[in-house]
Amino acid sequence: MRLANIIQLGVKELRGLARDPMLAVLIVYAFTLSIYTASTAMPETLNNAAIAVVDEDQSPVSSRILTAFYPPYFSIPKIISQHEMDRRMDSGLDTFALDIPPNFQRDLLAGKAPTIQLNVDATRMTQAFSGGGYVQSIVSGEVSEYLNRYRGNTTVPVDLALRSRFNPSLDKGWFGAINNVISSITMLSIVLTGAALIREREHGTIEHLLVMPITPTEIMISKIWSMGLVVLVASTVSLVFIVQGLLKVPIQGSLILFFAGTVLQLFATTSLGIFLATIAGSMPQFGLLLMLTLLPLRVLSGGVTPRESMPQIIQDIMLAAPDTHFVILAQAILFRGAGLDVVWPQFLALLIIGVVLFAFSLHRFRQFLR
Amino acid sequence: MTKAPDGSNDNTRAAPVASLARVGLSYGKTRALDDVSLDIPPGIMVGLIGPDGVGKSSLLSLIAGARAVQQGRVEVLGGDIADTKHRNLTCPRIAYMPQGLGKNLYPTLSVFENIDFFGRLFGQDRQERQRRIDDLLERTGLAPFPDRPAGKLSGGMKQKVGLCCALIHDPDLLILDEPTTGVDPLSRRQFWELIDDIRGERPGMSVIVATAYMEEAERFDWLVAMDAGRVLATGTPAELLSRTGAANLDAAFVALLPEERRQGHHEVVIPPRPDKGETEFAIEAEHVTMRFGDFTAVDNVSFQIPRGEIFGFLGSNGCGKTTTMKMLTGLLAASEGTAKLFGHEVDPNDIEVRRKVGYMSQAFSLYSELTVRQNLDLHARLFNLPPDTIPARIADMAARFDLKAIMDALPDALPLGIRQRLSLAVAMIHAPDILILDEPTSGVDPVARDGFWQILSDLSRNDGVTIFVSTHFMNEAELCDRISLMHAGKVLVSDTPKGIVEQKSAASLEEAFITYLEEAIGKQSPPASPRPTQREEADGAVAPPTAPSATRRAFDPRRMLAYTQREALELRRDPIRATLAILGSVILMFVIGYGINMDVENLSFAVLDRDDTTISRDYTLQIAGSRYFTEKAPITDYNDLDRRMSNGELSLALEIPPGFGRDVSRGKSVEIGAWIDGASPSRAETVRGYVQGMHQTWLTQKARELYGGAATVGQFQIALRYRYNPGVDSLIAMVPAVIPLLLMLIPSMLAVLSVVREKELGSIVNFYVTPVTRFEFILGKQLPYVALAMLNFVMLTAFAVIVFGVPLTGSFLTLALAALLYVVTATGIGLLISSFISSQIAAIFGTALITLIPAVQYSGIIDPVSSLQGMGAYIGQIYPATYFVTIARGTFSKALGFNDLAASFIPLLIAIPVLTGMTVAFLKKQAA
Repeated sequence: MRLANIIQLGVKELRGLARDPMLAVLIVYAFTLSIYTASTAMPETLNNAAIAVVDEDQSPVSSRILTAFYPPYFSIPKIISQHEMDRRMDSGLDTFALDIPPNFQRDLLAGKAPTIQLNVDATRMTQAFSGGGYVQSIVSGEVSEYLNRYRGNTTVPVDLALRSRFNPSLDKGWFGAINNVISSITMLSIVLTGAALIREREHGTIEHLLVMPITPTEIMISKIWSMGLVVLVASTVSLVFIVQGLLKVPIQGSLILFFAGTVLQLFATTSLGIFLATIAGSMPQFGLLLMLTLLPLRVLSGGVTPRESMPQIIQDIMLAAPDTHFVILAQAILFRGAGLDVVWPQFLALLIIGVVLFAFSLHRFRQFLR
Repeated sequence: MTKAPDGSNDNTRAAPVASLARVGLSYGKTRALDDVSLDIPPGIMVGLIGPDGVGKSSLLSLIAGARAVQQGRVEVLGGDIADTKHRNLTCPRIAYMPQGLGKNLYPTLSVFENIDFFGRLFGQDRQERQRRIDDLLERTGLAPFPDRPAGKLSGGMKQKVGLCCALIHDPDLLILDEPTTGVDPLSRRQFWELIDDIRGERPGMSVIVATAYMEEAERFDWLVAMDAGRVLATGTPAELLSRTGAANLDAAFVALLPEERRQGHHEVVIPPRPDKGETEFAIEAEHVTMRFGDFTAVDNVSFQIPRGEIFGFLGSNGCGKTTTMKMLTGLLAASEGTAKLFGHEVDPNDIEVRRKVGYMSQAFSLYSELTVRQNLDLHARLFNLPPDTIPARIADMAARFDLKAIMDALPDALPLGIRQRLSLAVAMIHAPDILILDEPTSGVDPVARDGFWQILSDLSRNDGVTIFVSTHFMNEAELCDRISLMHAGKVLVSDTPKGIVEQKSAASLEEAFITYLEEAIGKQSPPASPRPTQREEADGAVAPPTAPSATRRAFDPRRMLAYTQREALELRRDPIRATLAILGSVILMFVIGYGINMDVENLSFAVLDRDDTTISRDYTLQIAGSRYFTEKAPITDYNDLDRRMSNGELSLALEIPPGFGRDVSRGKSVEIGAWIDGASPSRAETVRGYVQGMHQTWLTQKARELYGGAATVGQFQIALRYRYNPGVDSLIAMVPAVIPLLLMLIPSMLAVLSVVREKELGSIVNFYVTPVTRFEFILGKQLPYVALAMLNFVMLTAFAVIVFGVPLTGSFLTLALAALLYVVTATGIGLLISSFISSQIAAIFGTALITLIPAVQYSGIIDPVSSLQGMGAYIGQIYPATYFVTIARGTFSKALGFNDLAASFIPLLIAIPVLTGMTVAFLKKQAA
């Protein structure tokens, strides 16, 4: 294995990339505009959750409850009649529908413990849980404040001072921005190495390489370093100028450490790209394989929904995916300011996954060349 | 062959079939055609001759209407070809066969299916197609192989199929771009016999041919000699010969060239090899055999080539020449026998051997993305030349192969002949001892070929390089020291060229060669024999050709279905693709439906309890006892809290202040501190909701304990009803959303590649030159993928209901109708992307980017669209997935029918014409 060959072949890959302007445009888009859009689209906490109120009481308490919902958490509540409620929820217009029963205030003051009904559209999983809690505490707060005027101090004066660490306002955009950088890294690195390899085969250039004094290992490493470098540069630019600069996401930890992690991630995903290319017979097959790989990597790595909530078996399977570790590592370093002493298990895991994927791909690659 | 019956005597009177006035064409900075004015006479066979890259192909593609006219005026068949209306009217009368073996054929489709596809494009009905195809196959001698995939045919056969495709609609103008380049002499002869035959039958047909073979040009009626984007001369071959006073067309052409181009050109004469009596063999093959499955590509081949010899390898296409060469280079390992280079057996893993060999493969296989200099430099370095000698070596090569002027050009912009010279320069950069060249001069013009052979001669005679070369050109074969004739994997004869001619007592090497081949084939059904009767039959039946009528329908379902059927066939030939699409998506649905869950359980928390009383422990217990939280070891101090939160161990940390129990009892205000890990906001929100809820419950409980009945005043309950999914079951919530996701990603990817692939591999030209409209093309491409996606939809729904037990409570018909509209938009998005992207890599990346991100993030699968902001909200509102998610959730979980969901159908209905309209607008019906 000669280093010079690896460098030369890698430089060739880079030059080739520079000749596809459309691809360059897409790469720039993926690491700038796409990240920006995704980050700013993410609702902050509960944003504009659609709520409707059926006010059958029409009392001071009920109107007090009504006015307690306002943007940005909730939309201005729609006052609807009871028979409208079902239809509106069916067509997905409202996520929450609060039904204040007749004589609510009277029963409340008479100590009859009336019941307010809160309907939640459970198909909207994200808002269903956190939003349900919010609605409950807002209603409770309003009712008890109202009651304070009518009775002595019969409540327990314990306050809960809730603070979020690392992201005080729970701005999803921060997380969304990083998460999208991560998924662009994965997507691009797999596509670049995999599709480039298939193109070489379709155009017959791979055969040409084989009559030269270079080994498959050299070819593969050259693809990995060059394409990895492109993605690394793109992600650095994206993180520094878009995420930190434009989106003003505060980064707690060391960027250097994060990029060290990115290098390991790229090692694993570029190897994966080559692996996919060796099993796909043609570009359309590769395209499908890519979709079938990217989707679980994106959705199940813990970036989109929390890992804890996945069934144990999925959590275990996803431990084999580089993205899972990379998401954990990125969150720890970028948000919680963790150092290597904290994230070393993820580094180790990425390294192991990378080495295994590389060895496996190299084996497949040699057969592919035969 | 005989000239066309109506010969050249009346061509001056009739209106020209094509007439060019001051035509210019540029590709970027390269000027392909410069101020060309030309009238091409009708009804005869016109040849375009000239070196590579002088604009022959560009001229033909302009006449065929495949390329847009940039400058000047091109009139074809009595109208301006730049005028879309005229192009639409005339294109059924024109047939165009682009350059490259089988370039416009579909490799996985059979011979019959390929021709049938063209028949459909020209709107012929089944009977007519069947009759014409039978006739064409019979005449071309392809009748025995109607079911063979085009990709598996030899070069000569591919060209015959291409000709059948071109002739299926009885064109008035047949345009052939180097139809016989890379085709062996026997097939070449058959090809021209076929053309003569057809012309005999349709005397009015005009034929325009570009060719690099001068001996072919001699049989044409009228010639156009071109150089450097200009017309040098026109006239009959006899006129050209008499004008230049040359003995043959080769010489005549050279004489027509401007002075500076002619310089340095002289006929190649290779000095005889000095007989040193050497016994060292550079290349030896001993009983080499290569089998692919049960097909024997090379059968027991042996030869010995001494050092410094030029050894020629001849044979029909697909006879095993390339395979033999690959075995010598170590690219393929022989099934039997041994191949030796310099006495050492070829070992594919031996890197050192590769340094001694220079190999040039048949297809251009250098990097088209690197410049000439970069290609040379890369290979010099890969062959490990000392870095300080590289610039000199490159300069030396550039001088030797006359590449100096184009060192910084990209290979794609260069004419074939120059690219071949570059390939040779690359193969020689490391001064190898052996050169293995696979048809190095295929498609190279005569002048360049002479230059090429001069170089080979110098290498062999001066540097002692052994050269092993395959060729289809007989004049090149004559230059070799020895040649071998190969057929069907076997070597027929090995001798000096002179010896071979003498053995067969033939007039020329070509004749000897054909005699050998015909003997080997054993006179099996020569294609000519059944022809006469066939023709009579055909004449009777064809009499009024139905196809090229003047009226052209704006939308012809038959043309559209031609593409549909072709696409469907290709899908069927690639079962892996369909299987991947269907099985893969079912697996994915399961994994994702099962995996996404917003209900967070088993969150880790720990307490820093500074009070440690019954009341504080009661508070902690309230949280620890819920199914949502799992308590970890108590926190010792703030440092411990910091550390455990920053490594992600704790999602929630509580601090209970000292004197908590006492203060609660006394009714004094007190505050509990709680920290949530906000790194993952959606999880943090859920945690916050849980904690607040539990806090409230605890307070109510405590109040009742402390104040008894007084506390019941003002008590009320909130009854939480999770609708549509009472168990808040993840699978039930997610499966209806995953179906839209999968039906977006997979159909769009398949659709985009179906078009971009044709662009990258060249068959898109069929769309340019046949009467099919853009709309028919798009729709035709779309249909099979819509059908596949609907099959996918049915599978997914069935699996969701039967295997995963997700109830479908609403109307299946509504869901199916929405799915149909939705997959039309999904494939429509793919086709829209394909209309402006031309490389498959960019297409794959672009599609992944444009479908995956919006579908996952902006279409309400996870966050409702109503709460999105900025650009994302806008994308969510126009993205079709949003509406299908609503419909899928409505029909699956909410028991809704069409009336309830009608509003969500409208955006889908709007999206379809918008997407199709944009695709039609962006898609080009001609090459730019």
